Formats: sequence, C-alpha cells, structure tokens
Amino acid sequence: MSYLQKLEDQSIYIFREAFANFRNMAMPWSMGKDSNTLIWLAKKAFAGKIPFPLVHIDTTYEFPEMLAFREWARKHYEIDLIVIVNEEARRRGIGYETHDPVTVTHELKSMALQQALAKYKWDALVTGIRRDEDSTRAKERYFSPRTADNEWEYRDQPPEFWGQFTTAVKEGEHVRVQPLLDWTELDIWEYVRREGIPIPKMYFAQNGRRYRSLGCWPITKSIESSVDTLEGIVEELKTTKTSERAGRAQDHHERNAMQKLRAKGFM
Amino acid sequence: MPPAPRPVPQDYVPAFFPKRQGGARAAGGPEEPRTSIVVVGHVDHGKSTLIGRLLADTGSLPEGKLEAAEKASREEGMPLEYAFLLDSFLEEQAQNITIDTTRIGFRHQGQSFEIIDAPGHREFIKNMVTGAAAAEEAILLIDAQEGLKEQTRRHGLLLSLLGVSRVIVAVNKMDLVEWREDRFRALEKEIRGYLGGLKIIPRQVIPISAREGAMVMRRENRHLAWWSGPTLLEALLSDAGKSRLSSDGPLRFSVQDVYRFDARRVIAGKLESGRIRVGDPVIFFPDRKASRIQRIESWGEDTPLNEVGPGQSVAVTLEEQIFVERGHVAALPDDPPVESREVRARIFWLDTEPLRLQAPVTLRLGTQSVEARLVAIDRVVDAEKLEAAKDTREEVARFEVAEVRLRCRRPLVYDSHDRVCATGRFALQRGSRIGGGGIITFAEYPASLAKAVRGEHLTWTEGRVSQEARAGHFGHEGAVIWLTGLSGSGKSTLAVALESLLFRRGIGTMVLDGDNLRHGLCADLGFSLEDRAENIRRAGEVAKLMAESGLVVISSLISPLKKERESVRASCHAAGISFSEIFINASIAECERRDPRGLYQKARKGEIKGFTGIDSPYEIPELPDLILETGKEKVAESVERLLTHVLNLVRLKEEDREGAAGPGGQI
Repeated sequence: MSYLQKLEDQSIYIFREAFANFRNMAMPWSMGKDSNTLIWLAKKAFAGKIPFPLVHIDTTYEFPEMLAFREWARKHYEIDLIVIVNEEARRRGIGYETHDPVTVTHELKSMALQQALAKYKWDALVTGIRRDEDSTRAKERYFSPRTADNEWEYRDQPPEFWGQFTTAVKEGEHVRVQPLLDWTELDIWEYVRREGIPIPKMYFAQNGRRYRSLGCWPITKSIESSVDTLEGIVEELKTTKTSERAGRAQDHHERNAMQKLRAKGFM
Repeated sequence: MPPAPRPVPQDYVPAFFPKRQGGARAAGGPEEPRTSIVVVGHVDHGKSTLIGRLLADTGSLPEGKLEAAEKASREEGMPLEYAFLLDSFLEEQAQNITIDTTRIGFRHQGQSFEIIDAPGHREFIKNMVTGAAAAEEAILLIDAQEGLKEQTRRHGLLLSLLGVSRVIVAVNKMDLVEWREDRFRALEKEIRGYLGGLKIIPRQVIPISAREGAMVMRRENRHLAWWSGPTLLEALLSDAGKSRLSSDGPLRFSVQDVYRFDARRVIAGKLESGRIRVGDPVIFFPDRKASRIQRIESWGEDTPLNEVGPGQSVAVTLEEQIFVERGHVAALPDDPPVESREVRARIFWLDTEPLRLQAPVTLRLGTQSVEARLVAIDRVVDAEKLEAAKDTREEVARFEVAEVRLRCRRPLVYDSHDRVCATGRFALQRGSRIGGGGIITFAEYPASLAKAVRGEHLTWTEGRVSQEARAGHFGHEGAVIWLTGLSGSGKSTLAVALESLLFRRGIGTMVLDGDNLRHGLCADLGFSLEDRAENIRRAGEVAKLMAESGLVVISSLISPLKKERESVRASCHAAGISFSEIFINASIAECERRDPRGLYQKARKGEIKGFTGIDSPYEIPELPDLILETGKEKVAESVERLLTHVLNLVRLKEEDREGAAGPGGQI
C-alpha cells in the first residue's frame, strides 16, 4: 500500500473516532491547503456529508482571495460554516499596525477561538496541524487534551498507542483532534495532486512570486518562484531547504515563540 | 506593514486540477516508501545526538535549524547540542533531557524515513511507549562505556510488547573505549542474549560514535578498520520500504460507527486484517448476525471499489439490514475470532497509581470498550533477568510488566496477538486516562464453528433478561467452579463445604457431583474413553446452563483429561460465564491411603478397569486458577482459600450492587 494511502486511511480513522466519541465537535478551517485536505478527508470519512460545523476564525487580516475561496467552498462542499471575529479585541485597537505579531496572533486567533469555545461548548476541535511544521507540533498527540483555559499541558501528555486516543474530557475542556499530524508538506501536495483538491490560486506564481503558507496578510511573505503547476510545487519542495513557515513572522519573534503561543491555545 | 492586497473578482473560481488518471486509489503514485524508526535506549546513551547526526550528515536539516540549535545552546551556555534540534521545549533545553517523544523526517538515496526520538528517562516511559508504538523498526542504543543499563533492558522488553521486532543495536561512544573490538564483542554478546530472551533477533549490532560521526553515514576506516559490517545508514537502507505484511490474515473489520445521513445505512470502520470484497458473507460478533457486503462506499472515486485490504478505512452497506453498532467485529464465517469475557494477557502499566486486583478498569480493544477487572496476577516479569517467577502480588506497579487475567463485564471479541496483531492488543484506561496496555497471549478458539444467529431473531435476543440484570438481581454473578483431581483427593468434601459457606452468604449455589449425574442424566454411559468424555461434556453443559441462570455451580468430577476440561472452559467463556479450574492436588499414594470407598483396592485387584491414576492417566492442569494442596494443608485451610477465590470471582462491584433487589444483595 502506498504511503499516501496509509496516511489517508489513518486520517479517516481519526475523523471517525472523534465523531463517535465526542458529542459536539467542530473543525476550524483556514482555507489553506491543509484545511482543504481536511475537508476532503472528512468527505471521505463520512461518505460525502460532513456531520459537524466548520469554523473560520476571521482575524480581519485575511487575504481577499481567501474570503472569496471561503464563499465558493461553502456552496461547493455544502458545509455548515460559522465565522468568528474577536470584535472586542479589535475595538481595543489590537492590530498589526500597532502591536507585535505574537500579541495579535494570540488575541485575534487564540482568544477568538476561546470565546467561541465558551459560546458553542465544543468538546472536540479538528485541527490541520502537522508535525513537520514546527518542533513543538512534532511533539503533539493525535488527540490532544486542552484545559478549560484552552491551555496545552505539554509537560504531561497522555500516552497514545495502537489507535487508542484520549476521548474523555471534563466539563469545559476540549480535545484537539489532529488527523494530519503524520503528514508532511510534501505529502499534502502529493495528495492534492492525486485527488484533484481545489485550492486557492495564491499558491501558484504570479509575477515571479508565490505563497507557500498562508496566514494574515501583513505578516505572511511570498517566496520567489515561477512555479505554477502542482508538479512544479512538488519538485520545488523536494529540493528546498527553507522551512515552510519561514514566511510567518509570529513564529520567529523570539526564541520558542511557537511553544509559548501554542501553550496558550494557538493551533 | 505591506500594502493591503487588492480585492478579487466576484466570479471567483479556485485552482482546479484534474484527478490523476486511473482513479485516486489506483494512482498510488511514485511517492517514496517511508519507514518509521524509533531510537530508544538508556538516558544519556546518545539518542538525540545520533538523530542530530543522521539529519546533519544526510543534509536533511532545513535552513536555519542548525543556527537555531546553536543559538539555543549558547543561551544555555553549552557547545552545540545536537539534541536541541529535537528537544524543542524550553524545559527540555534547560535540563538537556527529552521529555516527550518527537518525530522528524529525512530522505536519503530515494528512501524516506521518519525518525522517532523517545525519551530515555524512566519518568517519561509513557512517552517512550507512545513513540515506539508508532514505529516499524527500532534502533537500540548502548553506551560502549556504560554497557547495558536499566532502561536499555526495559526498552527492549517494551519493544517486544509493542510488537516492534525489527531492531538494530548501535553500540555508541566507541571513541570513549578506544574503539576496542573486544569491548564491542562483549556487549554484542550480552545484548543478543538479552533480546533473544524476548524472541528478538537484532538485524545488526553495529559499533558507532554518533558524536564523531563514525559508522553512522561515514565509514570509519582508521579506528574501526576491524568492522566489516554495514554502517548504520546502510543497515537502515537495506531494509527500507519492504512490506511487513506477509499475508492478509483473517478478516477482522472493527466497526467505528453506523451513519444514516441519508437513505443509506453506512457501516464505517477499519480493516484490522484481511480483505473485504463485494458479495462476501460476513458475521458480526459478538451478536453473530450474518449478512453480505453490498457495496463499498468510496466518495471521491471515479469507479466504485470492489475490494479493500488490511489497514484500510472502509465504509460498506449490507445486503440484509441487521443490527450493527460501534464495537462489533465482522469476520468471515469460517475464520471467526474468539468471544470471551476472560482475557489472558501480558500487560505493561504506566500510571503512577498501581493497577490492583479487582479494581475496575476499561479495556479498549479496536473500537470495543468494556468494563473489566484484574482477577489474577500470574507473574510479574523482572526486566533485569526476564525471569517470570510465580508471584503472589496484589497489584501491578508503575512500569511493571506482568502476565495477568482480566475479566470483562461483556464478552470481548479478540484474537491471540500471535495470530492477529491488531485484534490481539488493547489499552487499559482508568478514569479518562490510558494507564497501560497489553497483548493477548492466549486465546481459546472454539473447536467447532458456532452458527450465525439469523437477523429475524433480533428482537428475541434483545428481549432476554441479560446476565447483568440477573447478577444485579441475585447480588452476584453465576460461575462454574470446576474441581478436578484424583479419586479420594477431597473434591466432594471441599465442594460440599463450599456450597454450604456460599449458601449461608446468600449466594445461589449447587454442587454437581459426578457420581450423582451417573444415576440420571448420564445413566446410559459406561466407563469407556468415549463415554467418559461424553459424561464430562454433559456435566459441562449442565453446569453452564445452571450458571447462566445465575447460580454458582460447583462441579466435582475427576475430569482427568486436559482437552475435556479446556472444552468446558471454552464453552462457558463463549456464553460469557466465568470458569475457574481448581486443581485438588494430593499424591496418588495419599489418595490410595485414604481410599474412602475402597475403589483403589478394587482397582489394584483388577476388579475395576481404567481407574484414573492406576491404569488410566490423569493430566495435571498446566495453569489452574487455583491449586489446593489437600495432601499437605488442613481441610479448613483449603476451604478458606477456595472460598476467598470464589467470592472474588462472583462478587459484584459496588456500583453493580446499586439497585440489586434480590435476596442476596449482600455478600
């Protein structure tokens, strides 16, 4: 069996375990390549119908194409979509114009999510994080519990083996369900190519530049590239030595910035 | 801040690409094979250094990664620490230890590897288990100076339990022992001996120095000229990407869920082993409902699938609609799994709080989740010597490995680990946390295939009074207590005494005596081998029926043959009834001296033919649930031990007793 097939089967297994064990789950969705792979896998897992809502945390700094993609996908996939914005933080004037990227990311993403958790009382959130993105994500579990304060107790994670996951949480806590943990950036692209998954055009070169990873527009840098096909992206990735999130400013603000962000609820 | 991007047109359409030809699954594609390798061993034997070295030598580090590790090392006041490439938590870097497992990929010569770093500290064994359970292969590191240490052995033992049998041993820090071959050979002999005891034959034992980069990727010709074997990377490459599955195995399809989002009723699950083809007849255990595969659902495929193989996630619809739910396991009619409430297993325990006898625990196997309790600890394995001495322990402590028996409240569908790996292993959960796991070492496959229950009997089955309800009503569970031993060993005496003691405690009980059965039910049977076997079979069936009605049945029959006793045990377990084999042990000389009914005397004179112990064999039980030494201990002592054993077996847990309205509510 091919490696991509193994990954697909495992992700579908994880999706189904989550849906069987949690009463009220949701899937944050950022419209990027990983997020769209997740939708695709969920469609496969549930025989064409995704039986839980998708959540877009709108930081108000989204690329216009991503918003257009969102509306297109809402109809195309027949998804139940919830859009959330941390209005309170915006009113306080939190923004990239005035604050550092770690603060803004925490307020407009992690805090927005926490507010939504309090409102919708989700007991499980499906994330699209992968181990190869960042060294703290490399230490994650497929089912990763979060405290009532949305915090990650990374010092004492539960054991996880043989497809047996942490499926019980106390009132107010939730579990991060992470079906793409074992996938690499290259696997995602190979899979997008294998399956023909629709993705935003920004991943392909226009005027000699393209985006490798998509976040908030003020802090996401494009890379120099002339690649405008999926085959080209796969080939480019096989030779590059630059990490995927190199273009994301919040990761590099200080040493272990990601650990600090993630301990406090960042995906 | 860069300028805001321009808006996109209203009629937006994303980037679309055609699916690759031949359907998605068929287009497996040319991706490189990938092997997951866990690096284990005692703390400070150099695991993280080796991984850092592998990544650096193969040029697999992304830009900036080495610089980030250098920066972190400087801030902690150390020279470049390779381990910082992996140990990403501030706590890990400050203390220079690995707390949690991590994974990192690298590619070399067209092969793709995923390296799993496992912590070596005793404290973090649960994280080591998490990492190792995901691996197909292991590198066990040994410090050439220190030799085999506690975690070297414990990690080896855990690898054998986790089913990671492909192991490469790397003897590290050879530079610190002046690259001496004799030191290496001595360690090689020792580790081969130890792993051999675990039935692990290492693929290679290789001398290396991770810090110096010797024999990792680079061949070290000066100091290790005596080594003609492969480098570590050569050894990894030689076996990479090879298929581990020698055969598909019997069909085991674990049901995860049943979806009714539209008109279809889709049964979703995982193929733990074997294949599913459209049209196959299948039986769902434990209810034994039969149906056929109508369709394999395949969203996103151009052509419907006709067949799926081991390891795959599957969704099917059935021809005949039967009741199926999460936790059921489908199999082909001619190769069924075991269904039993008793499980014999080798377990490892990870939680700080020990696992105590009789304590409730949730057993999770595939998608099954059943309440269980530990009813016996047969042996605790000593990781140092691998000896498994008979033990009289009351608990399995943190990090211990033990051979145990568990009893479930509902029948569990399983296989022995040797036969079907995925349905022969389980996790144990206490509260909301997984505290340990185990592999099933023994499974009684029924000698004859049980017939499938047909779909239309569904309502009848569900309408029955369940065993739980009966147990709740009487305040105890039914069971078969099977006393076996020579004539005159004391079976009848103990049976009658036990019956009386149980009855006085309000427990419904009855002695089934071999001689008495022969006056009625078995009056047509003589003493030929066939007749004696049939006598035992009938006694077993009667005992099982009585136990199903809620009684604690005490059988008192010589039952000399192991095969016959085992078949009664299997029959009870298939019905979800506890069966306890009690060996009443007294020597033949002692029994003959007692000879309460003068039978031995008659046998010696030849008046009775085929008398057990004289001219007919008695097969001593190999693993009885209890042995009573009636030749050595007093009757009262035997009775007391027997009573304690039986009370533990049939007693309900506190929560079970709630609402028990029966006369025997208290034990």
